Amino acid sequence: MKTLKKIWNWIDDRSGFTEMFMPLMKHPVPADSKWSYVFGSATLFCLVLQVITGIALSLLYQPSSAEAYQSLEFITNEAAFGNVLRGIHYFGASGMIIMVSIHMIQVYITAAYKFPREMGWVSGVILFFMTIAMGFTGQLLRWDSNGVWSAVVGAEQMGRIPFIGKWAARLLLGGDTIGSHTLGRFYSYHVFILPAIIFLLVAYHLTLLIINGISEPPKVGRLVDPKTYRQWYKEMLVEKGIPFWPYAAWRDIIFGAATIIAIIILAIWIGPPELTTPPNVTYLNTNPSPDWYMLSIFSLFALMPPQIESYMIVIGPALSIIFLLSLPFISNKGERHPIRRPWAVFGSICVIIFVFSLFLLGEESTWSPKFDAKPLTSVSIHSTDPLVINGATLFYKKGCLFCHQIDKQGGLKGPDLSDLALRLTAEDITIRILNGGPDMPAYGGTLSKTELTAIVAFLSSRKFKK
Amino acid sequence: MNEDLIEKPEDESRRSFLVNLSLGLSYFSAAVAGIPVLAAIFAPLIEKTPKLWRKVGEVDSFQVGTTNLVTFENANPEKWSGTTASSAAWLRRDATDKFTAFAVNCTHLGCPVRWEADAHLFMCPCHGGVYYKDGSVAAGPPPKALVQYPVRINKKDIEIQTSPIPITNISA
Ligand code: FES
Repeated sequence: MKTLKKIWNWIDDRSGFTEMFMPLMKHPVPADSKWSYVFGSATLFCLVLQVITGIALSLLYQPSSAEAYQSLEFITNEAAFGNVLRGIHYFGASGMIIMVSIHMIQVYITAAYKFPREMGWVSGVILFFMTIAMGFTGQLLRWDSNGVWSAVVGAEQMGRIPFIGKWAARLLLGGDTIGSHTLGRFYSYHVFILPAIIFLLVAYHLTLLIINGISEPPKVGRLVDPKTYRQWYKEMLVEKGIPFWPYAAWRDIIFGAATIIAIIILAIWIGPPELTTPPNVTYLNTNPSPDWYMLSIFSLFALMPPQIESYMIVIGPALSIIFLLSLPFISNKGERHPIRRPWAVFGSICVIIFVFSLFLLGEESTWSPKFDAKPLTSVSIHSTDPLVINGATLFYKKGCLFCHQIDKQGGLKGPDLSDLALRLTAEDITIRILNGGPDMPAYGGTLSKTELTAIVAFLSSRKFKK
Repeated sequence: MNEDLIEKPEDESRRSFLVNLSLGLSYFSAAVAGIPVLAAIFAPLIEKTPKLWRKVGEVDSFQVGTTNLVTFENANPEKWSGTTASSAAWLRRDATDKFTAFAVNCTHLGCPVRWEADAHLFMCPCHGGVYYKDGSVAAGPPPKALVQYPVRINKKDIEIQTSPIPITNISA
């Protein structure tokens, strides 16, 4: 026993373990920092999980435009636990995005970004965007048709940057078209470049945490004054601080472990997103849609007024990044408690509602034509008049049903036309079909007279909703 | 204090020379090592992609008034390009001797538009962009008409020129 201890003491002394890590482990933190402080560390837990599962995946993956898809099929269907591994990496990414978002909103609402923690916030904001970028490049590496078209959509967004847009798009794709260099580039972004930036920033973020200390829970009326804050904080720690390990860290560990267990359960239970069709840019019958964390942006693209959209694609992200980065410089002292900062709370709630509603809208994607709509049958035609029946057939063939519903069948882009005759006369219907509308094509050039008569007859027969 | 540590003027200049030399050498080695790295990063901007005419079919195989999907090999595919070695276009035969080739990419955010032959419309699955048969915008978010690729009739063949994925810019 004694010798063992001696050996350990020698190792510890020469290797410097205690000297290096004990001050970090034991650094004092405010005693009342409790469960609300676990989200930052949960993000870190997810990151570690992502690194480990990512390395495992890289052993099985082929980063080549020709073979990536096959290697994904291999990982999913053949490799031992491959499917679960993909699942963990997918839900780990989801978890990381959720945790980092909660962490960021919380730091904002409790104004923990104020003096002296400005740079903690700034590095955190960049880390947030890096996390999103990892999500985007990661879903693309599946290199199915969704992946390929995500790359194109990304390039189109780059293309909107003034002056250098074309070059930026080319750089992103590694050439003029989707091709051999595209996947190699995205692999490098996802596996080397972005992680390197993330590691550096995480190290910096954590170092700042040690230097400035973890922010104390806010109290109504206790103002942050840059002149006295540091002194006050130091004294507060001496009086009421507890060592981080183990008196505060156990909560982080329990919550982090629970998060990881939840991720693994989801990975086994639900599994990774299914692969769509192979990455063939000449096969067009695909319906590209992003993973859930990109869905809100996807909806925003569909819903923004087209006149300003090209500008907003550039100005929107630029403004939000500038706003977020400058926040601690706009207000770095004073009240921290949310009750005294109602606008911050209100703003955060608005953002959450906005992003969440966009997400729900994206789930439905009412703006997309319903290409798989089935032709109308006698169940919903309610007529034996041959003209009406012909009109109903044409209503499907001419693509009307892709965007309009009849008795719960068809797309949701345009209004439901089940009871159109109650609202419009035959004449109005004709005019609308021929001239189109603000968001409807004009059919004047493509319908023959008989076709038009038939469709109008069909629509004029629509007098009730089922 | 040790006599030797007291600075003499000649020491000063010798030292600053050595400092400058070491700094200069490190800048130089960084720059030299950086060149191939930057070249790899910016390769897509440095390398010129050739423009080649690719046969997409015989003139007679397209009926007047129809729009068909054609595919052709990109200008510079590599051995490991796989299915991404090719691009597609919608080829419309407007008249006996007139063809138009549309890029398949929606001008909104680049998703693949489909030609709905009966409806005479191109439709985009992503955000519901719709175009008429001549490529002009009929509905939805697209800011401008479908982009056209150069197309020509070469004796019996119809050829399309390899072109970049059309990238919409901010002022469109
Ligand atoms: S990409 Fe076609 S409508 Fe958005």
